[in-house]
Amino acid sequence: MGIEARNVVKRFGSFTAVDDVSLNVTSGNLTALLGPSGGGKSTLLRIIAGLESPDGGRILIDGVDSTGLPPQRRGVGFVFQHYAAFKHLSVYRNVAFGLEIRRRPKAEIRKRVHELLELVHLEQFADRLPSQLSGGQRQRMALARALAVEPKVLLLDEPFGALDAKVRKELRDWLRRLHDEVHVTTLFVTHDQEEALEVSDELVVINNGRIEQIGSPNDLYDKPANEFVMGFLGPVTQLGGRLVRPHDIEVLLTAEPGTIEATVQRVQRVGFEVRVDFATPASAAVTTVQLTRGQADSLGIRDGLRIWLRAAPNASTIVAAPSLAKTL
Amino acid sequence: MTEPGHSILSADDAPAALGQPGSSAGRGDDRRDTRPLGAGTGLGLGIGVLWLSLVVLLPLAAIVVASTDDGWSGFYDTVTGDAVAAALKLSIGMSLFVAFVNAIMGTLVAWVLVRDPFPGRRVLEVIIDVPFALPTIVAGLVLITLYGPMTPIGLELVGTRKAIFVALLFVTLPFVVRTVQPVLMELDREVEEAAASLGASRFTIFRRIVLPNLAPAIASGAGLCFARAVGEYGSVVLIAGNIPFQTEIASVRILTQIENDQTAAAAATATVLLAVGLLVIIALDLGRRLVGRRG
Repeated sequence: MGIEARNVVKRFGSFTAVDDVSLNVTSGNLTALLGPSGGGKSTLLRIIAGLESPDGGRILIDGVDSTGLPPQRRGVGFVFQHYAAFKHLSVYRNVAFGLEIRRRPKAEIRKRVHELLELVHLEQFADRLPSQLSGGQRQRMALARALAVEPKVLLLDEPFGALDAKVRKELRDWLRRLHDEVHVTTLFVTHDQEEALEVSDELVVINNGRIEQIGSPNDLYDKPANEFVMGFLGPVTQLGGRLVRPHDIEVLLTAEPGTIEATVQRVQRVGFEVRVDFATPASAAVTTVQLTRGQADSLGIRDGLRIWLRAAPNASTIVAAPSLAKTL
Repeated sequence: MTEPGHSILSADDAPAALGQPGSSAGRGDDRRDTRPLGAGTGLGLGIGVLWLSLVVLLPLAAIVVASTDDGWSGFYDTVTGDAVAAALKLSIGMSLFVAFVNAIMGTLVAWVLVRDPFPGRRVLEVIIDVPFALPTIVAGLVLITLYGPMTPIGLELVGTRKAIFVALLFVTLPFVVRTVQPVLMELDREVEEAAASLGASRFTIFRRIVLPNLAPAIASGAGLCFARAVGEYGSVVLIAGNIPFQTEIASVRILTQIENDQTAAAAATATVLLAVGLLVIIALDLGRRLVGRRG
């Protein structure tokens, strides 16, 4: 059930956008497809919706092989980054569109549209044209429009990508709450790791047309399968030839077993946190450590201070590949 | 340049605005700007209106005045006189028909050019503009070579109304194509994809999503077609035969009147054409608004 992709391949000329991807989206879950731009995640989403046809592989939606079905018959709701609003129709008519073309009774349509407009908090904007709404409101309208036809799955392609940071964060929380209310199987594409970690039940990291890792947000953050996943999900620094998160490093004033000697090179305060760059005699790479202001004050961090570092007991670390070590 | 009335829309994304009832007070563009014009705007407007008056309105006024040189009864007698009325009817009827055919075929051609990339598209792009670039008398000559007494395809149309129809189609071909094409290119394909994922068939998408967006362009293209066709002379005069009551169009009639020194009558005929042109433009504009709103 849910969405299943089996060995999906898509090429554009000599460029392979989706390279033998197999994926299982659990029914009722909110799953994020996370990856850098051009990584193939949007293409995969469009293939699932039937807006793009794969060069190989199969798509199953709710157990039905939909590979050859046109988008009209897949029972998929799709939300685009740039809203794709029907500009000449009012908000009400936009949401009603899918029901009107199914020739549902007028009274039923009215009831359903008003329910949905209430759900997305747009009930007082029913008579407006999309051009009279803000970006966030247009996207909520697009979501209501997609939900109107009771799709088996909901696909969102960078739904908050065109919005400013504040609205994006607010809509993200709202989407999570909406999903808890509606429970439709949802797959959404994003390149924002914070968004993915915060909203999703399950996370799929895609890069260069391939899946790097699948798992819960915590799993992926704590046990990244490789350097790419670790680097994409959060900040990474290097300590004694291993990759580690900057907040997973302990700073000690005295040498202890397993510690590495270092000198403070640069101290940078960013709001409530302090980032400290250390030079280690053992390697050429700079180690960045993230401390709270309190920690930095009690340690007396200042330029040139000699200090000892080690990874925190539960920290996830990965052996740094030589190529990566150079760039960090 | 901040307009106080429009701040509602941008402020709406603040968290508190989610579901806030305060800003439902009608559409934002209801308010009309009644502030006095600035000096720069006033000067620009003045020059614009003066230019329009000199180049367009003055000559138009002159012809309207000249049309009543023989008094209102003279005007009435002229335009209801058998030959003139027949010519006007033919010109207007034929032009409406040509505009209608162009609205359909022009949209189709524009669609093919924009949506279905095929080899030789660039060549077709150029060919479409040929009737526009060609001097109309040359167009007439071209047509008489094909459909005249020496016709190589065995289809002689000279002296028939079909000939007028063909000639008018020839010279008005580019109008709808060229007005619809850019709009079609600008249309957001994702909007159609959204409609498809909502279950709309290709025909439904065209009728309910694409067509309402193209309607204004189709209407202005058809309007241009009509305006051009109703006044067309060069391409028709060679091939139509100019038989009064049958194939004499209004512009040819006007020339006959001038040659016979009936300038007031010529002006009267011209004034009717002018009025009709104006009416059609107004009607198209109204229709366009209606279609655009209703969807």
